Amino acid sequence: MSPLPSTLPRPQPPVLEARGLTLDYPSPQGPARAVTDVSFRVAAGERLVLLGPSGCGKSSILKALAGFLKPAAGAVEIRGKTIAGPGPDRLVVFQEFDQLLPWKSVRDNVAFPLRAARRLGLREARARAAVALTKVGLGRALDAYPHTLSGGMKQRAAIARALAAEPDVLLMDEPFAALDALTRRTLQEDLLALAQEQGFTLVFVTHAIDEAVLLGTRLHLLAAHPGRTIATFDTSGLGLAERGTAPFEDVVRQVHDLLFTGGALHV
Amino acid sequence: MSDQAAPDDALGRADSVITFEARDSKGSVQPWASTLSDGLRRLWKATLVRRLVILAALAALWQAAALWQNNPLLFPTFTNMAQALVTGLRDEDLFPSAVASLCVLVKGYAIAILLALALVSTAIALPFVREVLLTLTAMFNPLPAIALLPLAMLWFGLGEASLLLVMVHAVLWPFALAALTGFELVPETQRLVGRNYGLRGPSYVVLILIPAALPSLLSGLKIAWAFAWRTLIAAELVFGVSSRSGGLGWYIYRNRNELLTDKVFAGLVSVILIGLAVEVIFRAIEQGTVHRWGLQR
Repeated sequence: MSPLPSTLPRPQPPVLEARGLTLDYPSPQGPARAVTDVSFRVAAGERLVLLGPSGCGKSSILKALAGFLKPAAGAVEIRGKTIAGPGPDRLVVFQEFDQLLPWKSVRDNVAFPLRAARRLGLREARARAAVALTKVGLGRALDAYPHTLSGGMKQRAAIARALAAEPDVLLMDEPFAALDALTRRTLQEDLLALAQEQGFTLVFVTHAIDEAVLLGTRLHLLAAHPGRTIATFDTSGLGLAERGTAPFEDVVRQVHDLLFTGGALHV
Repeated sequence: MSDQAAPDDALGRADSVITFEARDSKGSVQPWASTLSDGLRRLWKATLVRRLVILAALAALWQAAALWQNNPLLFPTFTNMAQALVTGLRDEDLFPSAVASLCVLVKGYAIAILLALALVSTAIALPFVREVLLTLTAMFNPLPAIALLPLAMLWFGLGEASLLLVMVHAVLWPFALAALTGFELVPETQRLVGRNYGLRGPSYVVLILIPAALPSLLSGLKIAWAFAWRTLIAAELVFGVSSRSGGLGWYIYRNRNELLTDKVFAGLVSVILIGLAVEVIFRAIEQGTVHRWGLQR
């Protein structure tokens, strides 16, 4: 992997940092450990992918980053400040299609966080929403209600909604997992194009290895029961152009071997 | 993003093409010969037209049956009833009676809905209150509100207070149950979306919970309205709203005593017409909200 020519000076201040993150979930036998001692830093413009089998706690980690889940130990910091709860500086794109509020048109869905969190006026918010939606290819569906959209269009709208509010970091929890293969592929490509254009900071959760290598600039591999770090990979040189080439497939195979022979098998 | 968006966007475009075509075929010009039948068919498609035809058929049936029976004292014809309705509204106290009933109804309904909302919001916050509410609902839902009337009369005497007690009982429990279910069924993702934007407290309830629970809230309001209206008319049969201006139930009861059967029918039809009008209002609200949003079919 050749380093990118345009890398910023090395010691960047992290936008988001998890330090010794340990998460519990309640069970009938008392709190059960979901994630133990996971640490990572995400610099501005980086795309960190949390990758692992089911049960490795990757979605729990994302929930903790969003502030929905309180860590049992360790901390999450955004721009040096400890996260105390959910906030619009970390917007989440969920896997579920019902994340769009059904009582608002697509345009008003995108304008909603701008009005609720960024306190913009109605006209300004709706204008920005229209721009964001046009960027993700939904310029024709501005006034449609979410229930009239296809799954792919809903996820596009959800991505536009998160992007328009310009959060410090975007959190995506398997946003393409419920889509058909063809739609997933175009959405992956479109997300990469948007990332190149806007340079947003992203934490992306997935269980698909090729998706992780394609979308991420860095992979964070997790093992299951309880979730823990097994390795990290720099994949910043592997993008659309490299898909299917030997170096790309090489990393996919390495990750695959680590996940499925390194004791990380899901139970 | 747009130039690479082929397959998914193609799907979307196909969708919109279909809708536009549907619109075109509706508005397209038909040949002269079939214009009339086509117009009738389109008229038949309007719900209002279909309902009016059904109502007219029922009225005709009534008229025929009453003429055949030929016993105006017990079974007046539709036209007799219509006459009594018009004179009742114009010259007698049918209109004030209806207004009196509706006034009590709105008061009781509003008190009960506010009480229910207060109860439900505490029930959501405190699991114990939820248990209490569920127990009370299970106890009182099977108890017909009108069965409380004797007790209400003992406590509050003959008057509006007794009617209000009975009506609050009729509305409170079914609506509280519907509202609680509605709030508990709000999808987890939509709750997380609201919290993600930093919404908390009243703004979270108003901007996320209430619209998301609207299908249940509306159906609860509808059921509660029907219970309230029935209970009120039944209670008024025992005594009017007050000695001077009785409600519709009292109007029916009084006219029965004087064997003015056409006026009894006029009173009953007024009860039905008001019920239909409220139903139409609820329909319009549903069309503009939960149907439009695809939350209910």
